[in-house]
Amino acid sequence: MLDGKVPEGPLSEKWIRHKFEMKLVSPANKPTFNLIVVGTGLAGASAAASLSELGYRVKVFCLGDSPRRAHSIGAQGGINSAKNYPNDGDSVLRLFYDTVKGGDFRAREANVHRLAEVSGNIIDQCVAQGVPFTREYGGHLDNRSFGGAQVSRTFYANAQTGQQLLLGAYGALMKEIKVGNVQMHTRREMLDLIVADQRAVGIVCRNLVTGALETHLADAVILATGGYGNAYYLSTNSVLSNATAAWRAHKRGAFFANPCFTQIHPTCIPIHGDSQSKLTLMSESLRNDGRIWVPRKKGDTRLPHEIPESERNYYLEERYPSFGNLVPRDVASRAAKRVCDEGFGVNGGDAVYLDLLGPIARDGIAALEDKYDNLFEMYQRITDEDPRQTPMRIYPAVHYTMGGLWVDYNLMSNLPGLYVIGEANFSDHGANRLGASALMQGLADGYFILPYTIGDFLARQGRAKVSDDHPAVTDAQRETRERLDKLMSLRGKKTVSELHRELGQVLWDHCGMSRDAKGLQTALEKIPAIREDFWKNANVVGRPDTFNQVLERAGRVADFIELAELMCIDASNRNESCGSHFRVEYQTPDNEAQRDDEQYAYVAAWEYKGVGVQPALHKEPLAFERVGLAQRSYK
Amino acid sequence: MAGPTISVTLKVWRQDGPEAKGYFETHEAKDISTSMSVLEMLDVVNLRLQKEGKEPIAFESNCREGICGSCGAAVNGQPHGPKRATTLCQLYMRHFNEGDLLVIEPFRASAFPVIKDLVVDRSAFDRIIQAGGYVTVKTGQASDANAILVPKDVSDRAFRSAACIGCGACAASCPNASASLFAAAKVAQLALLPQGSVERTSRAREMVKQMDAEGFGSCSKHYECQEACPKEIKVENIAVMNREYLRSLLLDRD
Repeated sequence: MLDGKVPEGPLSEKWIRHKFEMKLVSPANKPTFNLIVVGTGLAGASAAASLSELGYRVKVFCLGDSPRRAHSIGAQGGINSAKNYPNDGDSVLRLFYDTVKGGDFRAREANVHRLAEVSGNIIDQCVAQGVPFTREYGGHLDNRSFGGAQVSRTFYANAQTGQQLLLGAYGALMKEIKVGNVQMHTRREMLDLIVADQRAVGIVCRNLVTGALETHLADAVILATGGYGNAYYLSTNSVLSNATAAWRAHKRGAFFANPCFTQIHPTCIPIHGDSQSKLTLMSESLRNDGRIWVPRKKGDTRLPHEIPESERNYYLEERYPSFGNLVPRDVASRAAKRVCDEGFGVNGGDAVYLDLLGPIARDGIAALEDKYDNLFEMYQRITDEDPRQTPMRIYPAVHYTMGGLWVDYNLMSNLPGLYVIGEANFSDHGANRLGASALMQGLADGYFILPYTIGDFLARQGRAKVSDDHPAVTDAQRETRERLDKLMSLRGKKTVSELHRELGQVLWDHCGMSRDAKGLQTALEKIPAIREDFWKNANVVGRPDTFNQVLERAGRVADFIELAELMCIDASNRNESCGSHFRVEYQTPDNEAQRDDEQYAYVAAWEYKGVGVQPALHKEPLAFERVGLAQRSYK
Repeated sequence: MAGPTISVTLKVWRQDGPEAKGYFETHEAKDISTSMSVLEMLDVVNLRLQKEGKEPIAFESNCREGICGSCGAAVNGQPHGPKRATTLCQLYMRHFNEGDLLVIEPFRASAFPVIKDLVVDRSAFDRIIQAGGYVTVKTGQASDANAILVPKDVSDRAFRSAACIGCGACAASCPNASASLFAAAKVAQLALLPQGSVERTSRAREMVKQMDAEGFGSCSKHYECQEACPKEIKVENIAVMNREYLRSLLLDRD
């Protein structure tokens, strides 16, 4: 039984008490501790800056040429906070409740409550940094609505909220580099975690420009390396997003929790070609005004404007009258898949309409463009169709991963000294994340949670005192070198990209929006075959001692293949439906996800046992003290 | 997937490393779907090169939706290509014609040394920001968000400056390889907002100083940067920066 180390006491007092009970590192001692932060998205950049401000010495690593390239930058719609500025009845309790319910009761209550508690501080901090949130004419901050909520609690900077928040955190990080407390290492890829005497004490990374392997030791390692949606090949993630750092930590003993919880976002631009490299999201915020519909007639090939109102099926509004188009993402995605599978999709294919023509006619295009900024133009660029004239066509796509490395209440993994924050951990979103909550969680972890909890560990455990010649260090270096050599020796006929695409198709078909035991079994036969194919037939060109994008990609795909297997094992183990994890065998009479709280109200944390070997399952039971377990309803 | 296709000829810059001599290499990109982006077209060419056991063309990209600022190359002499307000990843092949020649080369500026092929080192931009492109506020020091009121038009203007993605097209398009538009966008964003006013004096001075130290040239008002900027950052920002810089000289008591 895995212990989440949730503090005692009533839910609303846990964090307050815990903050008091944690040990502190005195200001004079903080500079004697060295910390490593891998990843510079919202979680990593905010953590690195905050830890440096406290006085710790911080080394930061990122893949790109600048910390600002992290994929947090792509987030469009907004960030939730229980500020209740609109006076519409929001509160910490309501944000907590909506998030636990939105996650279909598979998140840890205490973590979610803490997230809601600090959500207000985040907005304050970002505004102080000069983040230009969208404002009302009186100069106050504006709010809008997102799925799964009946209040307007989402703050936004046009449709570039992620960019503006990341640039705020990036500015804070740059400030600390200038001060000299942060050492920034760009163009580095973490390839192994060093675990010495049961404590995470460093990383091995590859300098992506020179190919040199570098070893960095520290007193704690913080992974902020994002999600693994790119395991599916096509997703809304940026093309560099990968699971390698998390997966290597897993192979060194860190448990991987709920890997099958992957969010398929309902409103993405449909796939349009074979050589497409990624999918593009149309912000959920569009569902504030946009109405989703399909023709009532199967295979209707008429143009949308030729289809009269009476022959349109606004299926979300009909099925879920109280939330309408703002149902949570998992619900909206499944509903879209269902109507398309039944043959009602646009032209009988895989697309539904997201229609903003009504609001445009009512409020004028200027008002809509003011709210949604560049989204219309973005859609038009990609599809060559003008959403001001004709409804957008959208379809669900892989977007976010709720699963990730297991962490306790302190955001520490089961490996002492290894902390995991942001999308890379599993903790707050259960089986389905609500819109505008990823930015909130990344910044909560980085600004307001980790900087407190890590101090307790450092105060209790002291410095790591591991030298360069410790066997754990030399082993990690040697194994990384051998693995790179092995990758470089691959001279087969298949490109890494082809193999990745094959893997993605298997995952999408069998571990995507709906899953069943038989399909998962098929996937579990196909994935090991792809793995073997990779190590036999992949082709890795170029040299290891130079900038080599083929080698980089090969390592990441090899890790995705292993992770994909774990995702399917997890999905077959969980014989229930919850949130994004929809097993067709387990549904209510009206086709909603049917949980099994007797059997599965737990976090599934998997321990690595070897390539192709059945991992060991550790269960962290989930207790719901504040929110009564109930069938989720948005009707 | 069905749909119109075109074939184009590429003349692509190849350079093995920072010290190596670069050269143009010609490749045929055949039957390219017009719904592909230029980067996806390069992906297709690269897959073929790998099949032939050759090294693919190195180029950077990440978000592939115009916001991260990773991608960038000059197409036919123009950073990010011929379409305005567009990053290379958002430039679609439908904007080209059958038989077109695309000359693709890295962003050129002496402060952007080539790492490989189309990949350049833009770390100079980070150092310009480090010189002062932020508000010095520590985590925890903030007051309530609505305690700072900002008129909507001011906030919207600050947002338009803050939209800079740091891609480097401004410097690459400038005959002087000036980074003025990049630096000015940050200076202007923070000069407009009350949060940034405390450090106004030192910010402009330090960022301009760093820009010079990195080897970027001065602005002599060619305004190519504004044409090349994928986020349509306006040269008015440079006027704001110049004003802030002057102000800093007048107020500088050191």
